[in-house]
Parts: sequence; C-alpha cells; structure tokens
Amino acid sequence: MSTVRIPPVLRENTGGSRTVEVGGGTVSQVLNELFSQHPSLRDRVTTDGQLSEFINVYVNDRDVRYREGLDTTVGPDDTIILLPAMAGGER
Amino acid sequence: MTNESTGPFREVGTDEAIALAREGHRVIDVREQSEWDAGHVAGATLVPLGEVVERIREIAPDPEAPLLLHCAVGGRSGRAAGWLAELGYTNLVSLRAPITQWKERGGGWEEPVQLLSPQQQRRYARQVLIPEIGQEGQRTLLDGKVLLIGAGGLGSPVALYLAASGIGTIGLVDDDVVDESNLQRQILHGADRIGMRKVDSAELTLRGINPETTVVKHVERLGPDNVERLIADYDVIVDGTDNFDTRYVLNDAAVRLRKPVVHGSIYRWDGQVTTFVPFEGPCYRCMYPTQPPAELAPACSVAGVLGVLPGIAGVLQANEVFKLLLGVGDTLSGRLLMFDAMGTTFDEVRIWRDPACPACGASVAPSVTSERPAQPAAV
Repeated sequence: MSTVRIPPVLRENTGGSRTVEVGGGTVSQVLNELFSQHPSLRDRVTTDGQLSEFINVYVNDRDVRYREGLDTTVGPDDTIILLPAMAGGER
Repeated sequence: MTNESTGPFREVGTDEAIALAREGHRVIDVREQSEWDAGHVAGATLVPLGEVVERIREIAPDPEAPLLLHCAVGGRSGRAAGWLAELGYTNLVSLRAPITQWKERGGGWEEPVQLLSPQQQRRYARQVLIPEIGQEGQRTLLDGKVLLIGAGGLGSPVALYLAASGIGTIGLVDDDVVDESNLQRQILHGADRIGMRKVDSAELTLRGINPETTVVKHVERLGPDNVERLIADYDVIVDGTDNFDTRYVLNDAAVRLRKPVVHGSIYRWDGQVTTFVPFEGPCYRCMYPTQPPAELAPACSVAGVLGVLPGIAGVLQANEVFKLLLGVGDTLSGRLLMFDAMGTTFDEVRIWRDPACPACGASVAPSVTSERPAQPAAV
C-alpha cells in the first residue's frame, strides 16, 4: 500500500484524514482507488477525466507531469502528494 | 638619507623610493595586516615580515627583479632585505624613512575603505563574525533593498528580522488598516495601532527596532498597472499576498524585470515556501499554470490560520532573502518546502521550469532545458 497525502483544503472530502492508504501500481490506479474510498474527491482533483491543472501530483518528491503523468509507477512504499495551489498568504 | 653602501641591498629615502616605485620597482610592504588596513602604498603587496622568506618565491619568482621593501620606518624592511639577499635576490632597495612621508610627498597611496561605522560594527557584531557575511556581507545587507508585498501575517516576521539585521531599505506595499482580528499573528502591529494604516504601524515598529533602516511606504494594492513601478527599484521581492490574481501579476512582472521572488503561503496548519529566480529556476506559473477555483483556495479570513504559521513561513522567507542578497548558500529555487504544523513535519518536492510556461518558457527564453511535461492521460 502506498500513502496519499491529502492537502488541508481536501480533508473535508476524506472525513478529516490527512493521509489515506491505497493500493495500485500507477498514479492512475492509486487515484481511482482513492476516489472509490472517497468519491467526492474525484471532482475536486480531476476535470473531465484529466488531472486538474491547478493540482500538482507528486510521487515522493517528483512531479508526475515531468515523469509519465498518470502512468507513473508507484511502489508500495511511495508517498503520493496532492498539492493544490494555496491562496493564502495574508496581507 | 640615501645610503650608497655596497652591501647586499641599498637603503633609500622617501623621494627616491617614490621615484623607484614609479620606474617599476615592485613595492613589498612587510608590515602587519592591521597596519596595512590603516592605509598603504598604492599597488604594494603585503607580505608581513614573518612570512617574507616563505612567500617571496611565489610573489617574486625572478631574483633579479627590482624590489622596494618598506615597513613603518625602515627597521623591518632592512631585515627582510637582508634575508632576501641571502636567498639570492640581487636588486633590493629598502626604504629607511617613516612611511607617512610617502603620502605627504605625493606617492601613490590607498586609504582604507571603511565598510562599517564603529556603531554598525557593534550593532551587527554577531553577524559580521560569520565567515560568509563579514564586513563586506553586512555592507551588502545595508545596501540591500527588499520589497514586501503585504505588511500582514507573512510581512510581519520578514520585516522584523530584515530590519533588525540591517537591511538598508524595506519597502512595504499595503493599503489596509490594522484590524483587531489581525493581532493574533501580525506581530508588526499591536493593540494600540487598531485603525492605523498598516504601513504606518509597521514603520513605527521597524524604526524602534532599527532607526538605520529606511522604510518606504507604498499605500496601494499591487496590480497590473503599478507592479513594475513598485518592484523596479528593489533587489528581492517577498510575496505575502492573499490572493492568486496578485501572485500571478507579481510573478509575470518579476520574471520580466528578473527580480527574485520569495514566495510564502499559509492555510490553517500548513505552509509552503519557495524562491523563484527568473530564468534560473521555475516561476510561479511553472508550478501552478492555472489558479484553482475559489472553493479550493479560501483566504485566511475565511479558512483561519494558526498564529505561528505566518511566523514560521515568514522567518523561512527572511532566510531566503539573506542568501539571495549575500549570494551564498542554496536557496529554495526549484524546491517547494511544505510544513505541517499539526504534525511538525517538513517535506519538500522538486519543481521544474516548464518549457511551455507563458511567463518564462521557451517562447520568451529559448534556453529552457527541463523536459517537456508528459501529456496527462485520462483518469
């Protein structure tokens, strides 16, 4: 099982969980497994079946956009980080 | 004064020495560093007496080259000349006169460069001790100009540390006034400042910490029309804004004007910090090509934020500013540092320059080297 880190703005979709353990050998499989556990996440992370541009997905410290995208392989000890842009600073 | 003895070297007076130096004698100053620092012959080489024998071969490999040695009055240079004669040097002259005459009689002279006043040396003593800073680095900081976008949560710790450390000019862009709900985290401001413009409150606080720092107040909101004017005169920009529109506007202008931006953002218990150095590393648009919908990116005023969060992020931002100004160490360029105050964890991910970036990609800078992003597949 690999670990998906849930960013603060998406924790309401995971019942407050900061991490979710999922199986799957690719980013695509991991995300589908994640969406089956927490269905409301799908629309917040994807747009028309594609990863939303404003959400970066990392396998460990690597942005999957610069690897094989959703086909990027995921090992059982890997950490997947979902990272939407954070608005806020703060004047 | 001239001694025409037939010994292994000749002793001369000031006027002749100045003439010899002009004719091409290499001037070797055998005094100590502290004496040299107080002023020295222009073009001279410092080789303290205790190092002369050891270092002369590297400094003057040719034993027939004409050398003019001097010290304060002629004692040490005479000894040095004697030793060099024993080493086989044949064209030696030693100045037997107070070196103070050199300047009085029109010889080339270099005055010491005072980088820091005595008061500055005391104030910044702990920083000047650090090898990577020293007096020169402190001078650089004193000459540095840093613009903070926002004098609020992130701007507070940044401004406090920059001022305390002697950053010469701190610009503040903020058109807001201090609200009671700010005080839980915006430590530039206090209960007695409610209703005051944030830039005025910040100026009062920073003056108290360091009267030497110049605070430039820009009472306006950063936008497409004023961004280039606002950032043009500064060395480093610190982004502590509260919305995406401003962040993209700032990013694009900073890339155009090649200004490094130290980015910080915070949300409840989480923070992110990185540094964007235009054309050397990714920019904000490389990292986030598109801004998220509002419901995915609530502002602190809606979502809340822990008081120390901007403190942690802001101090990390200030750390980046020092390295950018001093040109030392490794910045967060190309890395996004994320911290989670709830778990007290720090993680980082790599961020890449995007060749397709509309701000800094191949269309504006043909030399972008990172790989083209893979096409996203369907989920």
